[in-house]
Amino acid sequence: MDFSLSKKHLMAQSLFRSFAENEVKPLAQEVDETEEFPKATVEKMAKSGFLGIPVPKEYGGQGCDPLTYVMCVEELAKVCGTTAVIVSAHTSLCIDPIMTYGTEEQKQKYVPDLASGRKLGAFGLTEPGAGTDAQGQQTKAVLDGDEWVLNGSKCFITNGKQADVYIIIAVTGIVEKRGRKMKEISAFIVEKGTPGFSFGTKEKKMGIRGSSTYELIFTDCRIPKENLLGQQGKGFNIAMHTLDGGRIGIAAQALGLAEGALETTIKYVKERKQFGRSIAQFQNTQFQLADMATKVEAAKMLVYRAAMAKATQKTYSVEAAMAKLYAAEVAMEVTTKAVQLHGGYGYIREYDVERMMRDAKITEIYEGTSEVQRMVISGNILK
Amino acid sequence: MKIVVCVKQVPDTKGGVKFNPDGTLDRGAMLAIMNPDDKAGLEAALRLKDQYGAEVTVVTMGLPKADEVLREALAMGADKGILVTDRVLGGADTWATSTTLAGAIRNLEYDLIITGRQAIDGDTAQVGPQISEHLNIPVISYAQDIKIDGDYVIVQRQFEDRYHVLKAKMPCLITALSELNEPRYMTPGGIFDAYDAEVTVWGRADLKDVDDSNLGLKGSPTQIAKASDKVRKGAGEVVNLDPQESVAYIMGKLTEKHII
Repeated sequence: MDFSLSKKHLMAQSLFRSFAENEVKPLAQEVDETEEFPKATVEKMAKSGFLGIPVPKEYGGQGCDPLTYVMCVEELAKVCGTTAVIVSAHTSLCIDPIMTYGTEEQKQKYVPDLASGRKLGAFGLTEPGAGTDAQGQQTKAVLDGDEWVLNGSKCFITNGKQADVYIIIAVTGIVEKRGRKMKEISAFIVEKGTPGFSFGTKEKKMGIRGSSTYELIFTDCRIPKENLLGQQGKGFNIAMHTLDGGRIGIAAQALGLAEGALETTIKYVKERKQFGRSIAQFQNTQFQLADMATKVEAAKMLVYRAAMAKATQKTYSVEAAMAKLYAAEVAMEVTTKAVQLHGGYGYIREYDVERMMRDAKITEIYEGTSEVQRMVISGNILK
Repeated sequence: MKIVVCVKQVPDTKGGVKFNPDGTLDRGAMLAIMNPDDKAGLEAALRLKDQYGAEVTVVTMGLPKADEVLREALAMGADKGILVTDRVLGGADTWATSTTLAGAIRNLEYDLIITGRQAIDGDTAQVGPQISEHLNIPVISYAQDIKIDGDYVIVQRQFEDRYHVLKAKMPCLITALSELNEPRYMTPGGIFDAYDAEVTVWGRADLKDVDDSNLGLKGSPTQIAKASDKVRKGAGEVVNLDPQESVAYIMGKLTEKHII
């Protein structure tokens, strides 16, 4: 076991750090305030290869490992939660399932454009009636000659409207399993601009306000037969496996938010004076910071371990669930304490910590709530 | 076109400065970065590569760990990296440094050599022009814009209150200013490739037409007699005079301390 980062990982980390400091941090407040998708930043990230980090070179990616990708999301999240989730949803939820389940033709057609950032990806699973109960899908796909016809809607889709390529989960029939009738669920690749595919409401959110969260609407949307992703009826497995990977990305986002809040707070408490000395000299501050730093470090170990597991193991559901559960709860706790240590100023939007606290909350909810992670973890230890 | 870029690994000025007992910098103990002017020079070379097609070779002289700046250069898009490292080269002043680098560059083909204007550690701005003297080629320093026209380079040279446009036949040497451009970021894949790539390592034996008496601390005409931190400023002083007299007093103090 080796806990030190290799020289290439250290250099990649310094790259992500300087990009985040110079290109992302100066815009973070404005992106939050205006709720505008940071298009120019996404273009810059595409140019620097940040949108295809774990994708093999032959598919236009950077040929790095999952740990490098996780470090990128982490460093971006330190300064801007919005920018981090754009990269995460694109890489983990769209490119990854195509790389894992796509045919060679599908990979050749979609991945090079996605990995180079010429196109952006998104993932559509959630519906108004199917959140944690992902089996409750209502969107239908019916084969009509050489085309699938999609009808239904998806909600809360990250990168919605901004993305060009969408992975959509839909019901393709009813099957009998152990005497019970069950929905047959399949996965599809749907391109923006396909007739019958439109966008509904843009969600107004508490945090990650620059990330584009939209409703997707399918009305007799016809896509080619060959856009079925993986085998017919395997859509649920594809979605669950995709989310295992996505959870590592969200765990990295949560970790970054916690680290960013901690760093900001350390700087603040050294400067801020009350009762004639810096507030860093009060033991309450010191103990709070010690707890925050220790939890951040523990979360980091879980997140990096999950990334290493994705690189080397066939399944990493439990590692991913533990990393996401713990990192998200640490992010929530650390950002809340960061606001407290900033006092009244922490509650003012001019200071970064209140944004970090708002951004942190979603990491306990999306890509599987903390309760879902506990279901995955306990299900594994009780089997 | 073949371009050689000289880069230096320098201490990150954000970290603390540490000295060896002999007064030279303790480079091993400090955080290190690629010198900003050199990075602009490298970016200029990479833009010429993008525009006209060129092979970019990056040369550095330093401790074995200076290979980090070469990896960084490769990750930005340079083609080759050469590390010149040898115990006998340590403690060099600008004369010994430029002699060494010229000795290394004599092994290479080049149309253009680009160095930074100056390094943020030594701050002399002498190594670039000295290399051009050793190699007997023209030098244009303080470049803020570089264009290629056939066998010639056309360079805007920054001056105190204007710039000069100079044209020189290649091969020639240019020293670059960090204002010249905004260096590109590395790519993550470029970093992975750079660490899998071979960096050429040259020692004393690989330097061409160089005399031992011109190398390292022994071959340096100048020697650092003493190095010290800046003297800390004392406590501030409150001046309680009427405005006119205060101004006169403050101006007097500033003149006395050679600030104005």
